Amino acid sequence: MAGGQERILRGRIRSVQATKKITRAMELIAASRIVKAQQRVQAAVPYSEQITEVVRDLAAAGGSTDSPLLATRENIQTVCYVPISADRGLCGGYNAGVLRATEGEIKADVEAGREYIIVPVGRKSESYFRFRGYKLDQAFNGFSDQPTYSNAKEIGEHVVSLYASGAVDKVVLVYTRFISAGSQEVVLRPLVPLERDVISGGDGKPGQDGLSADYEFEPSPTAILETLIPRYIEARVYAALLNAAASEHAFRQRAMKSATDNAEELIKSLSRIMNRARQDAITTEIMEIVGGAEALSGGTKEIRLIDLGTFADSDR
Amino acid sequence: MSESAAMRVEVVSPERVLFSGQATQVITRTLGGGEVAFLAGHAPFLAAVVPNHTRVYLVDGQVLDIAVHGGFVEVSNGKVSILTDDAELGSEIDKNHAAAEVARLEEQLRHEHDAKGAAELGKAHARLAAAGGVSGTNAAAH
Repeated sequence: MAGGQERILRGRIRSVQATKKITRAMELIAASRIVKAQQRVQAAVPYSEQITEVVRDLAAAGGSTDSPLLATRENIQTVCYVPISADRGLCGGYNAGVLRATEGEIKADVEAGREYIIVPVGRKSESYFRFRGYKLDQAFNGFSDQPTYSNAKEIGEHVVSLYASGAVDKVVLVYTRFISAGSQEVVLRPLVPLERDVISGGDGKPGQDGLSADYEFEPSPTAILETLIPRYIEARVYAALLNAAASEHAFRQRAMKSATDNAEELIKSLSRIMNRARQDAITTEIMEIVGGAEALSGGTKEIRLIDLGTFADSDR
Repeated sequence: MSESAAMRVEVVSPERVLFSGQATQVITRTLGGGEVAFLAGHAPFLAAVVPNHTRVYLVDGQVLDIAVHGGFVEVSNGKVSILTDDAELGSEIDKNHAAAEVARLEEQLRHEHDAKGAAELGKAHARLAAAGGVSGTNAAAH
């Protein structure tokens, strides 16, 4: 009986060790990807800063702002949510954070009598909302750990067309902002229509040199704005995707690190139990042998001692 | 303004910064406006850019070829910024591959003409020109 328990424990330790190897590997992979993802976030900054500047300058320099994407609708009936989650699990509370924030907003909307629609990004958010019977629009997935600009473009074009067709009156991005490797936060950002304070605040003054107060436009300010704003939206979606990817890796690294630590802890306590079980088994066996030897020898002290010595020399 | 005066030039795409530094002249092609060259001290300017072969004349006399696949150009505060959806440095493009692509798209457009194919051809021409292939491409690209 006792030997059987030891064998079972040995098997458990082996399986925990194998799991630990996997979680350790995932931790290291995630750690190396954080750096890369962070660099991609950084690389996207100049473009988004510049395009923001251009949009502001254009708006301030008299580019007529009657673009529908700039006009806030008075009566908001349908809100479109774009939750950005991972394609895979095993990343701690990363997906849950985004999904919970989205669900909370939707509940508030439903209570306020508004409609909603979800454009899920990432397999996890799609399956979560589909399983719970939420209203879904087109889903985008398969690129959560390494999003490209063309992914952002597809999403941007889709939500802009949803907005332009009047199917939705507002588009909100829900994603995890990457602050540093140690801290990330779930944020909700209105995407369409663009908020006034995003586009205002540009100096609109082309130069301190005072050559001219106005830009030259080719073709016309309105035409430029018309093509510029979708790009601006795409750039924001892209920035959100990159932030989400970096956060995903950070979350996964943390989750896998604690999984590895837990596995180590488990191995330690299991080996302790196993050793005790083995010790028990040995003790019991010795006791049995001693008892048996005593019974055979009829109880003289001398023989008993000699017998014990023989047993100590053999392997058990 | 003297020819050699330098100005700040930036060519950025969402995924990376292609060029950032000093240059004496930038030539690109705007939507409906044809080719435009910017020198230092150019008036504030904002335009949409079509796919083209953009040339950046560096301070040391070298010319940087970039295939710009659409975007915007802004001149303000004496700085030229080109914002593009996608761009490639001429040195990164395989000339033979680009030429084959142009030939394939031209052949395809001969059979059926569609807007998407024409746009693709414009990009292919821009790539070929930036790679240093047969020129006259910007005229064809339009």
